[in-house]
Amino acid sequence: MKKRFLLVIALLCIVSTAFVQTPVLAAEKGPIIIGFFAPLTGFAAQTGKDMLSGLELFLKEQNYQVAGRTIKLISEDTEAKPAVAMTKARKLVEKDGAHVLIGGLMASTGYALMPYVDAKKIPAIYAIMASDDLTQRVRAKWMVRTGWTSSQPSHPFGDYAYKELGYRKIATIGYDYAFGWEVIGGFQQTFEDAGGKIIQKLWTPVGNLDYGPYLGQINKDADAVFALFFGAGALNFVKQYQQYGLKDKIPLIGGGTTTDEHVLPSMGDEALGVITALHYSEAIDTPVNKKFSAAFRKFAGKAASYYGEGPYTGGKWIIDAIKNIKGNVEDREKFLAALKSLKMTDAPRGPIVLDDYGNPIQNIYIRKVERVGGELQNTVIKTYPKVSQFWTYNVADYLKQPLYSRDYPPLKP
Amino acid sequence: MRTVRGLMTESRMKIIGLFAAGVLLLAFPPFLPSYWLTILNQMLIFAVLAMSLDLLMGYTGLASFGHCAFFGASAYAVAILSTRYGSGFVVSALCGVFASVVLGLIFGFLVAHTAGVYFLMITLALGMVIWGLAFRWVSMTGGDNGIAGIPRPDLGLPISFDDPVSFYYFTLIVFLAAFVLLYLFVRSPFGQSLLGIRESESRMRNLGYNTWLHKYLAYAVAGAFSGVSGVLWALYNGFVSPMDVELTSSFEAFLMVILGGAGTLAGPALGAGIIVFLKNFISAYTQRWLLILGAIYVLTILYAPGGLAELVKRITRRPET
Repeated sequence: MKKRFLLVIALLCIVSTAFVQTPVLAAEKGPIIIGFFAPLTGFAAQTGKDMLSGLELFLKEQNYQVAGRTIKLISEDTEAKPAVAMTKARKLVEKDGAHVLIGGLMASTGYALMPYVDAKKIPAIYAIMASDDLTQRVRAKWMVRTGWTSSQPSHPFGDYAYKELGYRKIATIGYDYAFGWEVIGGFQQTFEDAGGKIIQKLWTPVGNLDYGPYLGQINKDADAVFALFFGAGALNFVKQYQQYGLKDKIPLIGGGTTTDEHVLPSMGDEALGVITALHYSEAIDTPVNKKFSAAFRKFAGKAASYYGEGPYTGGKWIIDAIKNIKGNVEDREKFLAALKSLKMTDAPRGPIVLDDYGNPIQNIYIRKVERVGGELQNTVIKTYPKVSQFWTYNVADYLKQPLYSRDYPPLKP
Repeated sequence: MRTVRGLMTESRMKIIGLFAAGVLLLAFPPFLPSYWLTILNQMLIFAVLAMSLDLLMGYTGLASFGHCAFFGASAYAVAILSTRYGSGFVVSALCGVFASVVLGLIFGFLVAHTAGVYFLMITLALGMVIWGLAFRWVSMTGGDNGIAGIPRPDLGLPISFDDPVSFYYFTLIVFLAAFVLLYLFVRSPFGQSLLGIRESESRMRNLGYNTWLHKYLAYAVAGAFSGVSGVLWALYNGFVSPMDVELTSSFEAFLMVILGGAGTLAGPALGAGIIVFLKNFISAYTQRWLLILGAIYVLTILYAPGGLAELVKRITRRPET
């Protein structure tokens, strides 16, 4: 018995030494550590991997070098759960000694992380997380968003739908949670400001794949249907929209993710003609984007979606800022200031500057699905330059209205 | 003679084991890097959750798939009270536990007359109801976005709980208190009659015990301790979201109990520690960590159905000669 007991004690000692390691202290000439976190397992794994590919591609193009220092990328899986993301962020900062964090998919992760990055004074780049309030009513000093707000593309699109597409009555259908509410809410606000009317709002649970019961309910008086889905939901909705014979009767428009390149290659003719709005399209006709798209396809083996472009540009944002401070990331206040004041002209999606609230002012593209060279693409049919998250509204007034939700803006009688 | 000696060494081993664990938990942490300290902290929080579930699973024989409902209810109570109404730590913590007790008393009416798979199904459904509330009652819970910015407790002491070490000791004290209270509870005559119900409810009923009331109260007590861990979780993360109340969270608590060994209290605590550790440790090395975790569960069920507690017992038991 004694022997066994000693053995157990010995094992305990061995295990405990594994823990007692000195935390990585960033030496003056050590590598710059970028901590990446995104869902790499679970239902959102594919988008998470696209994000990682985007970031890796950019860093590879830089040979993992900036301002004479090497870059070390450490990636962690969040399982799309905010609590796990918190744990992983702590690990990246406190154990790995990350100088900057980037990543995150779910809005809840974004909110959860903000108090932590402010407490630790670690710059965090939000390249994808789009929840409006992150840069509106709730903000964090150390968070820098290089992505978008959910309603940012919807604002010009609402205007466009009324003025250029000539729609007057629109029915909406979309995911019943914050992202869906914000995309559709933004659209409703500007569409109704222009003079149109939302006549019906249908909400479906996230993860629902059979849209038959909903398609039957769609108001046939609508001039168009605005749909907001992503992933498998987007594939099924667009397909079933055609199968129910609606495609030829009521035009389909929607939020950018409905036809984003993460699902577009899996779609068929049912997607042709669908018009959506987003701050990116793989079909943007600029040399920078063409180069990025080709490189991404080679690197990741699939089309470049906004999930790939986001962290690519986010990584570029970090590296450009580090160049501006000559690699001295240890001066965190200076690093943060460099991140916030950066102006980027050569991102694949177009020029970007941050507004006073830390959200990009960038181009919004109205895109139409077309088949070019045998492949579906989001052809840009109109570009709204320099769109702010507040569109043309007065910022103070805008912030006084509630966050877009299931009940706001309300359906007008 | 031999059996008596065997029993003695076994209980001595148990005491030594617990003592060693106590010393490790008390003495080591200040020397740990802050990341591992926070992981250890998480282990303790989930240990309280697993022990509270063990009260139902191990001691009363009721497998619950909705145990995180209580965990979530109290976490949300703390979150809402402290961020929206600015109430202090004591008030919000008490209200958090109170919320889970009330929830236990209400749900108890629905579940206490059932057993076996029916109990499992009803608790699962009730767990989903709480998740639904957290997800859809947006004006109260913030919906999918959750509630962020829950402050760490301020007890008016000169120490700040923003410091991971002091918060760790705070959690450790709560954990030890929960452990002792649960230990006393299961050793009490009431706890012994729960064991009786686990073995044969009909016999207990024939002996004149009100088995319904026993199960009802056991459910509420388990809810209360689950609520304690919920309070700690809210304070630890500074954040709650519907994910904390999800079905998978309840499953995870379930697996902690199975892995550690139902009906032993210390076992599920150990199980919680191991699962939290593996989740954070393996996942740093491979994206296939779920596969490894799954394999561990399967191996446990196949080769140590009594969980790690039984395995440890088997190893440390004096070989019968």
